[in-house]
Amino acid sequence: MDFSKELDARGLNCPLPIIKTKKALNDMTSGQVLKVLSTDAGSVKDMQAFATQTGNELVGSEAQGKEYVFFLKKK
Amino acid sequence: MTQKRMAIIATKGTLDMAYPPFILSSTAAALDYEVQIFFTFYGLTLLRKDLSGVKISPLANPAMPMPVPMPVLVSALPGMESMATMMMKQKIKAKGVASIEELRSACIESGVKFIGCEMTVDLFDFKREDFIDGIEYGGASTFFGFAGNTDICLFI
Repeated sequence: MDFSKELDARGLNCPLPIIKTKKALNDMTSGQVLKVLSTDAGSVKDMQAFATQTGNELVGSEAQGKEYVFFLKKK
Repeated sequence: MTQKRMAIIATKGTLDMAYPPFILSSTAAALDYEVQIFFTFYGLTLLRKDLSGVKISPLANPAMPMPVPMPVLVSALPGMESMATMMMKQKIKAKGVASIEELRSACIESGVKFIGCEMTVDLFDFKREDFIDGIEYGGASTFFGFAGNTDICLFI
């Protein structure tokens, strides 16, 4: 998937992946896609909840072993 | 969509109890909430510039997981509190959990408002210069001014 920016949140625990995601999105423009890498198993649910509540769309996600990748489209 | 609001009263000054107000507030701010935390009694010490006095006591936390079973009398020995705090901080770092300083900075950066309890400052003879900048000081009615119109209101 195409993305404009990548955030490496691997090794970080709740709530840091969400806080850093929000921060990264702040510097982007509407419609741009942010790729987030995470090793926090809780981030699977948290990222969905973040997307629902903030209106930034979760356009893709996948698990690669113990690593998770998320694609968020800035609203 | 109107912006959601959350108010928290933070009353505890131990390492374990420092986490909930800062985790919830920084996360709520990331979810576009407007957030205020009212720091009162021991909670006010979480606004000190120097957070090295924030500790965890195994004596007050019987559920705290210990590497070896720890009788109460051993937990009460001098130095046990510092040792438990050091161990906890090592664990926090090893697991990629944010430090209190880090979460507090995230709160400030995302616009979480900190209110310091004026009465507590008087009661314990705290000095305002020991606290970080950007705090508003007030009393219970200051808190209600915001809390009266929130979606979530927590006492921690």
